Amino acid sequence: MKIVSLRVNGAGQAFIARPGTTLLLALREQLGLTGAKRGCAQGACGSCTVLLDGQPVVSCLVPAVTVDGAEIATIEGLADGQVLSDVQQAFLDGFATQCGFCTPGMIMSAEALLDRNPDPTRDEVNEAISGNVCRCTGYEPIVSAVLDAAARRRSRAGEGAKL
Amino acid sequence: MPRVNPIDTEYFKDERKAGDFTVIGTTVQRSDALGHVTGRTEFFEDRTFPDLAHVKIHRSAHHHARIDSVDCSEALKVPGVLRVITHRDVPSNWYVVLRLIGIEPNDEPVLAEDRVLYKGEPIVAVVADSEAAAIEGAARVRVGYTELPAVFDVEEALAPDAPVIKQAGTNYFVYEGHHARRLRFGDVERGFAQSDRIFEWRYSSAPIEHAPTETTGCIVVPQSSGRLLIHSNTQAAFFTLDNTALILDRPFTDLQVKGGTVGGGFGGKVDVMVEPLACIAATLTNRPVKFVYTREEEMQVSSPRAAERIYIKDGVTNDGRILARKVMLYVDAGAYSRHSPYGTTKACAHLPGPYTIPNVYADCHCVYTNRTPSSAMRGFGVTIADFALESQMDRIARALDLDPLQFRLRNAYRDGDLKAHRKVAEGTALIEVIQRAAALVGHELPDEYLALTSTTPRGEKA
Ligand code: FES
Ligand code: FES
Repeated sequence: MKIVSLRVNGAGQAFIARPGTTLLLALREQLGLTGAKRGCAQGACGSCTVLLDGQPVVSCLVPAVTVDGAEIATIEGLADGQVLSDVQQAFLDGFATQCGFCTPGMIMSAEALLDRNPDPTRDEVNEAISGNVCRCTGYEPIVSAVLDAAARRRSRAGEGAKL
Repeated sequence: MPRVNPIDTEYFKDERKAGDFTVIGTTVQRSDALGHVTGRTEFFEDRTFPDLAHVKIHRSAHHHARIDSVDCSEALKVPGVLRVITHRDVPSNWYVVLRLIGIEPNDEPVLAEDRVLYKGEPIVAVVADSEAAAIEGAARVRVGYTELPAVFDVEEALAPDAPVIKQAGTNYFVYEGHHARRLRFGDVERGFAQSDRIFEWRYSSAPIEHAPTETTGCIVVPQSSGRLLIHSNTQAAFFTLDNTALILDRPFTDLQVKGGTVGGGFGGKVDVMVEPLACIAATLTNRPVKFVYTREEEMQVSSPRAAERIYIKDGVTNDGRILARKVMLYVDAGAYSRHSPYGTTKACAHLPGPYTIPNVYADCHCVYTNRTPSSAMRGFGVTIADFALESQMDRIARALDLDPLQFRLRNAYRDGDLKAHRKVAEGTALIEVIQRAAALVGHELPDEYLALTSTTPRGEKA
């Protein structure tokens, strides 16, 4: 047993890591953040994707004891009150979600992509979400939503620069 | 609301009320999408309970075997294991999911008794404090088997010398005393004799797994009232409630199912596989219990779409009129019925496709083999039959050097035609759909085909 202290969505948190616990289980069962999903528990589906120090990871394969001192971002931290992030809003407007089970992981992969590449090509979006399986929606609306989100972010940044 | 895809409301105008179709073609936001993009949609597994217990299953290692012995003593020694559950703990162990609509006999045990009919069949359930202890406990159950000959092919299963795997005595579902769901209309042999050409081909498909991103599962919480609250991702809350109550031998009012949020289903979450055992475990331990498939279980033992084999024999005139169609269709139900007797009936109801054919003969067999039980999946019974029927149509058109759309229009059913099931066709619209589809892709049709309508009776000679 080890006490793990970390920051989750900007707030300080701590939990006791039982042997064998993954970051996914700690988030879901100990910190009450159930946005990240368990689709396979073997790193194959991407439903559990969160950002670990800014990088997308499949949290089902991250041992909880290794995240001491880390900065974690999950789907729950994206919206600012009622205001959705550009990626969330683009998924909503673009019908890029159906059952919704893959959606949190998909959105976190997209956020990570746009953080490092504000103007990705379609191929780069494909590459960024290649570890996220969606069985319902079809990837076309998802990829289009990510590109739409990128455009929204760029125009927002442009407005910011003008002020 | 602005229309994103304008729809052509000129078709069949007189058959509709004014003001119909105000939503089709407009954008309507999903009511659940905001929850999905914010991660707030509550799936069954998003509920946590401090004293949650877990169920894992010891499954059959063989496709077909007699069970000689079951030894749970080592499982019970695993720290954290609370209970083992065998068929003796299941109040009413035999069921068939569609029994409430008259499908019988009950052919599937919740937990295997003296034999197993497919690899992965559940034999013992282990309830433990933690998932890890449940997995360990399930792995330590020891089962002694005598292997029996297995059958994996639908036609081999029907051969006279095939091992009979079902206790009911036949490797096929019995439809009102018959070996198959049958369709008889006109006289196919006479139709073949009148035809210029005969075309006969075989079509087959493999099982298809739904592979939902969220695996099948439930959490059952005993209530202070004595009722059981079932949080489930079932696609069929009432099937789940009814079948679970019947298996538990408890009144329906003892159970409450909370569901409706399904992380992908596609027909794969209608079989009532996890709730009965989770309820038994919750009752025996008086604790909340989770039973959720691993990804491996979802792929290996959750029911797929049935594999089908379909033989279609058609008698056709040189100018493309189909005079007779004979279909031999085999649905591989796997080891147990699940929804397959119904799926096979659907396949039969779908024949001979949307065409008016004067002579039709079909035998649709629901066949048991030692494979994973198949069940519902998006249009089951119909989808594979359509693949076969439409492939057949294309191949015949090619063989007769006919335009495939004209060949279909020539045989398309029309309002007022008597279908092979003795139902009068109405609202067919096939002709108009083909005409419009042809126009959209720039496929030219001769005037006589453009003049056809589905509301003009076919007339005697057509
Ligand atoms: S649950 Fe982590 S990748 Fe599937
Ligand atoms: S929306 Fe269902 S898996 Fe992607």
